[in-house]
Amino acid sequence: MLLRTFFSSCHDAKRIWRAFAALLLTLALLTPALAVEPDEVMKDPALEARARELSKELRCLVCQNQSIDDSAATLARDLRLLVRERIAAGDSDRQVLDYLTSRYGSFVLLKPPMKPATYLLWFGPALVLVLGGAGLFVLSRRRAAATAATAPLSEDERLRLAALLDDAEAPPAAASPAAPVSRPRKAKGRA
Amino acid sequence: MTEQGAAASGPMSRRTLLPILVVLLFALIVAMFWLGLSLDPRRLPSALLDKPVPAFDLPALRDGEPGLKADDLKGGVTLVNVFASWCVPCRIEHPLLLRLAKEKKVQVVGIAWKDTRKDAQAFLDELGNPYGRVGFDGPGRVGIDWGVYGVPETYVVDREGRIRYKVVGPMMPEELNERVLPLVEKLKK
Repeated sequence: MLLRTFFSSCHDAKRIWRAFAALLLTLALLTPALAVEPDEVMKDPALEARARELSKELRCLVCQNQSIDDSAATLARDLRLLVRERIAAGDSDRQVLDYLTSRYGSFVLLKPPMKPATYLLWFGPALVLVLGGAGLFVLSRRRAAATAATAPLSEDERLRLAALLDDAEAPPAAASPAAPVSRPRKAKGRA
Repeated sequence: MTEQGAAASGPMSRRTLLPILVVLLFALIVAMFWLGLSLDPRRLPSALLDKPVPAFDLPALRDGEPGLKADDLKGGVTLVNVFASWCVPCRIEHPLLLRLAKEKKVQVVGIAWKDTRKDAQAFLDELGNPYGRVGFDGPGRVGIDWGVYGVPETYVVDREGRIRYKVVGPMMPEELNERVLPLVEKLKK
């Protein structure tokens, strides 16, 4: 809103907003530059689509947080070409992934495979949530039990509590001149 | 009174248990960080460890010289060094390879990876050739079969032609003396 009043104060607001919307639309339509070069693309669009999907699942081993589909590293290009070559040779997606895993290990897969060694990775967060929840539940149950088991106040404690409560309820103007010695010790006005 | 005593023992045991749990949890987290942060994600263990070298048959870097193929790696313990002329760390480890070749403790062979013949030859002419045989892998396809993802990489291959160890990046004297050479000695027996 502040932006709007600022713009309308110095320019034709409508035109500015239209330009602003156009800019936003342009930015939204922009996609990052593609690493896949035209000479790599397969002739069959269906096979190319499969190659793209597979490339997105494969880690570039040079720039490790990018897929080979994103990366401009020469090894990533070699691997993209290799994926396309395997697909052209009639490999299934699974076979292409196995081909690369046998050479570079599971690390080449951006999505870790489900196997006993990765169970902790896959189920760890859920495990922590369940353990934490169980811990909190037990703790709150124990706390409730401990509160319920607290001994009732003795007669002396009850009187002192009542006196303190009365003091708190008294208006500050009346209470301020009173010296501690002059305070009444007995409970008053209690049902 | 007996009831009160029983109720009081609950909070007491919790009061002693909780700090122990917290300390244990902290120790666990420290241990995980210690392990996790000491791992170098750039150093991947070879997926081919303890497996036979991939089948390959590379032409020689220079015409008239013998090439390099899988069968050449059988019979003796071999270091297979993957290098390229465009690779700066390769220059760092090169004197070490030359020394190894001179001491003749182990057979050293090379694979010129993703390079041109001219550049790789010039590299060896300039710095010296420590390799008994040099295979030329210009397209880098054999390198991919080996699981190469950067240069230099050095593989220790045993007498049966199985990969037993992989050095990622330039081989440093410590790694050579503490890991590679002891392993070579062990594999020779």
